[in-house]
Amino acid sequence: MRPILLAACVLAGALAAQPLDPAKLLQPPTDSWPTYNGDYTGRRYSPLKQINQANVSTLNLAWTRRFTAGGGRGGGGPVSIKATPLEVNGIVYFATPDNAWAVDARSGREIWHYTWETTGGLHIGNRGFGMYGDWLYFETPDCHLVSLDAKTGKMRWNHQIADVKQEYFCGPAPMVIKNHIIAGVGGDSLDVPGYLESHDPETGALQWRWNTTPRPGEPGSETWPSKGSMEHGGGMTWHSGTYDPELNLYYFGTGNPNPVYAPQSRLGNNLYTCSIVALNPDTGKLVWYYQVSPHDSHDFDNVETPVLIDGEFKGQPRKMLAQAARNGYFVLLDRTNGKNLLTAPFVEALNWSKGLDAEGRPIPNPDMEAKPDGTLVSPTEGGAANWFAPSFNPLTGLFYTHASESYGLDWKTDISKTPEGYGGRNQTIWMQNLLQAIDYKTGKVVWSHRYPNQGGNRSGLLSTGGGLLFGGDPTSNVFAMDPANGKMLWHAGLQSSVSNGPITFELNGRQYVVLGAGDSLYAFTLPGH
Amino acid sequence: MFPVLQRRTGLVTAALWTASLASAQLISRPIPPADAVERGQKQFVIQCGGCHGADARGDDNGPDLVRSVIVLDDEKGSLIGPLLRKGFPNEGMPAFDLSDAQIQDLAAFLRERTQAAINRNAYPLQNLLTGNAKDGEAFFNGAGRCNTCHSATGDLAGLSSRFQPAQLQTRFLYPRGGRGGTPKPTTATVTPRTGPTVSGSLEFIDDFTIGLRDADGYYRSFSRDAVKVDIQDPLTAHAQLLKQYTDKNFHDILAYLVTLK
Repeated sequence: MRPILLAACVLAGALAAQPLDPAKLLQPPTDSWPTYNGDYTGRRYSPLKQINQANVSTLNLAWTRRFTAGGGRGGGGPVSIKATPLEVNGIVYFATPDNAWAVDARSGREIWHYTWETTGGLHIGNRGFGMYGDWLYFETPDCHLVSLDAKTGKMRWNHQIADVKQEYFCGPAPMVIKNHIIAGVGGDSLDVPGYLESHDPETGALQWRWNTTPRPGEPGSETWPSKGSMEHGGGMTWHSGTYDPELNLYYFGTGNPNPVYAPQSRLGNNLYTCSIVALNPDTGKLVWYYQVSPHDSHDFDNVETPVLIDGEFKGQPRKMLAQAARNGYFVLLDRTNGKNLLTAPFVEALNWSKGLDAEGRPIPNPDMEAKPDGTLVSPTEGGAANWFAPSFNPLTGLFYTHASESYGLDWKTDISKTPEGYGGRNQTIWMQNLLQAIDYKTGKVVWSHRYPNQGGNRSGLLSTGGGLLFGGDPTSNVFAMDPANGKMLWHAGLQSSVSNGPITFELNGRQYVVLGAGDSLYAFTLPGH
Repeated sequence: MFPVLQRRTGLVTAALWTASLASAQLISRPIPPADAVERGQKQFVIQCGGCHGADARGDDNGPDLVRSVIVLDDEKGSLIGPLLRKGFPNEGMPAFDLSDAQIQDLAAFLRERTQAAINRNAYPLQNLLTGNAKDGEAFFNGAGRCNTCHSATGDLAGLSSRFQPAQLQTRFLYPRGGRGGTPKPTTATVTPRTGPTVSGSLEFIDDFTIGLRDADGYYRSFSRDAVKVDIQDPLTAHAQLLKQYTDKNFHDILAYLVTLK
C-alpha cells in the first residue's frame, strides 16, 4: 500500500484523476471533500468564499440528477440520499442502501453504479463512503464491509462485519485513519452487543474489535448487574466520528443500552453506552470515555458528531470536543482527557433529567422512565438532535445544529424481571423544529431559528468562509443563512427536503455546493462560468 | 422436561414463510405461517416449556431461546434440528426424536417469538386508565381550562365511543387529526404593505411563502418578506399544556375523558 500512496503524493496536481492524497484528510476541505465530514474535525466548515454573502442571492442550479435505487426500510420504500458524498479529483462518490455511484462533479453524469445483492437487514439508510487511495469502502444493510475500486466501481472484496440474522443492520460511512478502515454496526431490536471494528484497507482483514459494553471482570462491568445484561446491553456504533492526529485519538459516540425502554434488568450506568469515547485507532484500546446519558431509558443514542474545536476557553487555548447530544444537552470536553468543561441544555423542557452531576453529566429522572400507563417525556425518542450533521464555524465561534423541542409518550410494555427488545413503545406527540446556534464557550443559544411548521427535518449543515450557513428546512427548501444571526440570504425549493449534509468544493476556480434531497443530488454554483 | 414423541406422518410443513409487510417494517426476515407457529407452540409448551418457559424466554432451568444466536441463525430447523436430536446431555437436555415437520414447526414458533420481540410497533399496551376521573374533571374545568374550548356534553360528547383509550391518550395531548371529525383549521391573517388584509384557513407556510384559502374558497399565496403574518392556531393551548401537565394530571384527564360516553 505505502508505495501507492507515496506515488499519489508525488503526483498530486499533475494528473486529472488520481488516488486520494491522504494529506487531504488533514486539511480543511477546499478542492476535495474526502471524508464523511469533509475533514477529521467534524466541523463541516470550508474556508471557500467564492460563494459569499454578497453574491449568494445569485446562486444557480448547476445540475441535478435522480438516483432511483436503494429504497428505504425493507428495500421498497422511497429513496433517501442520507450519504454525505465524497468529492475527490472531480468525482463525487455516494451510496444508498445496497447501491453506490460515482458521478462527474461538474455535470452529475453517472460514471459507474455498483449494486450489492442483499441478504436482508433494515434498509434505513447509508451514510456514505470512506476512501483510501484508489479504494472506496461502504457498508451494506446486511452488514458487509465492501471495498470498491474507485476507478471502475468493481468490488475488490467484502467482509461480513455483523450477523444480520441477529438483527444487526449497517450503514455508517467507514472512517479511514492511516491504514485503518473503521466500521461500525447498528441494530437495537434484540439486545445484541455493540462493537467497532478496524479492517486492513488492502485485504479487509480484521485488525481489532472494541466492544462497547464490557465483559465480566473488565473495567465498566461494575456498571451492569449481571453477565447477561452487559452481553445483551446494546450500545451500537452507527455513526462516523472524528480524529485528532496529534493525539492519535478517534472519537465517536455510542448508542443506547438495551432493553431500550425497560431498564429494570440493567440497573447501573451501563458503560460504555450513550457515551463519547476516545480510542487509539492503532490498537482499538479505550483511552477515555465520557457518558452523556448514564443509564439511558429513552433511546437517546449518543452518536451525534463529536466536533473538534481548537480555541480559547476561559482565557486558555484548549483542544476541545463539542457535541449537541440527542438527550438535549450541549457538552464541551477537553479532548486530551475527556474532562467536562461545560454542559448546558440547548432546547427547553428536558424533563427526563433532574439536572447535572458534579462531572456535568445529566442525571436521569427515574420518575420519567417509561411506565405501563404512559410517561410524557421531553424530548421524544428522536431526541433534541440526532445524526444530522452539525457544523462549527471558527469565524463566529458558534456551533450549529438542527434541533427540536418535542414531547412523546413512552409506554413500558414489558414489566418482567427479564425484558427483551425494546420492552416498550414511544409515540411522538408534538414537535417544534429549530436551528440552534450555540456559543461553545458558554453553551448558551445565541440565536435560534424556529421553523414555522411541524414535521421532521433531517438536513445536515455546512458553514463556509464566505459567511454562509447552508442547510435544508422541513418543507423542501435549501437555504443559506448569515451564520452570525440566522438571517435568510438565499433559498431554493427542491423536490424533497434535504436528506443529507451539504458539501462544498472548488474545481477549476469554481465553487460548488452539492446536497442530496430524497432521490436526487443537486449542485449549485454561481452564474457566469 | 419429558420428551414426548409425537411423530407426525403425512403433512410436512410446506407453507411458504412470507416476506414482511409494510405494517411490520421492523421485521426483515420472512414471517412463518400461522398454522406452523400454532403447532410449534403446542409442541414447545409440552416438550420444552418446562425448562425454557412457555414463551421461550428461559427461566432458572433453561436459557432464553428468543435471543439465542443458534435460534436466530437457524433456517427452518437447519441448526436447531441436529441439536434437538443430539441433545446437550452434559447440561441436562436430553435428545429428542422429532420428525422434520415437528422441527420445522418448532422453528416456526421460535421465529415468531423473536419477531414478536423485534416488532415493537405491535407490543400490546397495558392498562392506561390509572388516573382519577373526578380529579381529571376538576382539571378539565379548572386549572387546565379545557372547558374554554371544549364541552363534555357538546363537542366531546360520546368521545369514548369514538376512540380506544390508547388513541384518546395521544389525541387529547395533541389532537393532530381533530376531534374525530374535520380538524378545526389553523387560520391566518396576512397584511400586505399595501392593499387589504386577507384572512383564511392556513394551507401552507414556511419561511418564504404562506398560502391560505380565503372565505370565497380561493387559494391565495404571498411571499413572507412582503407581508405581516398573524397565525391563530387552535391547538396552541394543547402545546402549552404539554409543558404544564404533571404525571397525575394527564392520567386523570384520560380517566375522565373515557367517561364521556
